[in-house]
Amino acid sequence: MANVPDNLHYSKDHEWVRVDGDTAVIGITDHAQEQLGDVVYVELPKAGEEFGAHDSFGSVESVKAVSEIFTPISGKVAEVNQSLADEPEKVNKDPYGEGWMIKMKMSKSGEVDSLLTAAEYEDFTKAESE
Amino acid sequence: MTAPALELRKTALNDVHRAMGGRMVEFGGWDMPVQYPAGTMTEHLGTRTHAGLFDVSHMGEIDVRGADAIPFVNRVTSNDTTKLIDGQAQYSALTTPEGTVIDDLLVYRMASDHLLLIVNAGTTDKDWDWIKSHYQNENVELQNVSADYCQIALQGPDAISILQKLTDVPLAEIKYYHFQEGDVDGVPSIVSRTGYTGEDGFEVYAAPDKAEQLWKKILDAGNFGGDDGVLPCGLAARNTLRLEAGMCLYGHEIDETTTLLEANLGWIAKLNKTDFIGREALAKQKEAGIRRKLVGFEVTDRGIARDGQNVFINGQCNGNVTSGSPAPFLKKNIGMAYVPVEFAKAGQRVEIDVRGKLLGAEIVPLPFYKRAK
Repeated sequence: MANVPDNLHYSKDHEWVRVDGDTAVIGITDHAQEQLGDVVYVELPKAGEEFGAHDSFGSVESVKAVSEIFTPISGKVAEVNQSLADEPEKVNKDPYGEGWMIKMKMSKSGEVDSLLTAAEYEDFTKAESE
Repeated sequence: MTAPALELRKTALNDVHRAMGGRMVEFGGWDMPVQYPAGTMTEHLGTRTHAGLFDVSHMGEIDVRGADAIPFVNRVTSNDTTKLIDGQAQYSALTTPEGTVIDDLLVYRMASDHLLLIVNAGTTDKDWDWIKSHYQNENVELQNVSADYCQIALQGPDAISILQKLTDVPLAEIKYYHFQEGDVDGVPSIVSRTGYTGEDGFEVYAAPDKAEQLWKKILDAGNFGGDDGVLPCGLAARNTLRLEAGMCLYGHEIDETTTLLEANLGWIAKLNKTDFIGREALAKQKEAGIRRKLVGFEVTDRGIARDGQNVFINGQCNGNVTSGSPAPFLKKNIGMAYVPVEFAKAGQRVEIDVRGKLLGAEIVPLPFYKRAK
């Protein structure tokens, strides 16, 4: 079973959010990386770019497929995980840690509350695979 | 995830794939494993360095028997069937009157009055109808025997030593593109030194009710207790392996809009043999010269080209990518594309439109990968 840490918020597009003050750290879930297979390329935005909630902010590519990645919340990109350019496999090995993708300065503080909890996300992925 | 359509066909190994953790997808109307838990990268590299095992039972088989088996197949396929000897296989194509491709296939000469045609899964029904519709009172009996065979491909440098543990057939004596009939683990089989990976290896054809036995015995015979053993592989690795080896995939590099000459398959278009469907069109095209040609390219910018993306040369859209993917062994991003013949030369710069962004790429000679002999 895929790992779903309790302390994170989740989107139905299989991203996770870790709130740290007014900053949101964003990546893709363990379930998402399992479904994708070996990640070979990650395309990310530049710091300073602004996104609304559910905007496409980049893509993750496995050998076989391209998946768009979406911002669970709105805000401005503060930092991008540059190390993924040379080590995209971090997304597979440590999706909630070294495989993080972007940090965003949140523009609407209440938005994270509309995301799924760990338990809700687990139910969601189960229902989706049935 | 969407539920697979109910009418997907299953090979005899479907339950085995699921039990072994294969991720199942639809391919050519079949429910097939796209990858195993090891993942496409590992499966691909394992096949290049040790051995990979592939269920290719979805491929179709058409039996042609009778005194006119050879002249009949010689008329509906582009390669020269009369050149085959018993126990030899040949890469060939079913061609339209325009010289385009109904399907690519293998022709096995079982006997002077018996040929077995191995065709693609998604085109089996189309091929069968096409072949039957071109029957002209020759003394042949045609039979679609796809349900009578499983096909298991063992590929890679260790394939021969692994398979030899299970059979008395002297594998080293079988030359490339030849086969022998014999028992594998006691199961009557056709053992063919062919494949679709660019590696040495074998394709084993047997009765479907023996598929599970063969699959498991080959995995056991190739398990050396470490990470140097045989790996079950899915269709994703099969695709990246054939792409590195510069081989055409039906529906991508070749179809009913591409001619054999454009696809660099002139070597299977034997224009000087007796007449075959498409010969005249191909002879004319050869004389006039082709306008576009299939080439290989390497992406030189960061990013991955994918099937269907447009190719730009000197700012003009001039073709499209037929297959594009990371190449796990070469550690490059590669692909094949049709481009106007005047640009079809190594070193030519092109650009690929990857979701709105133009990535630089360079035409390189095919194949991308060639194993050391």
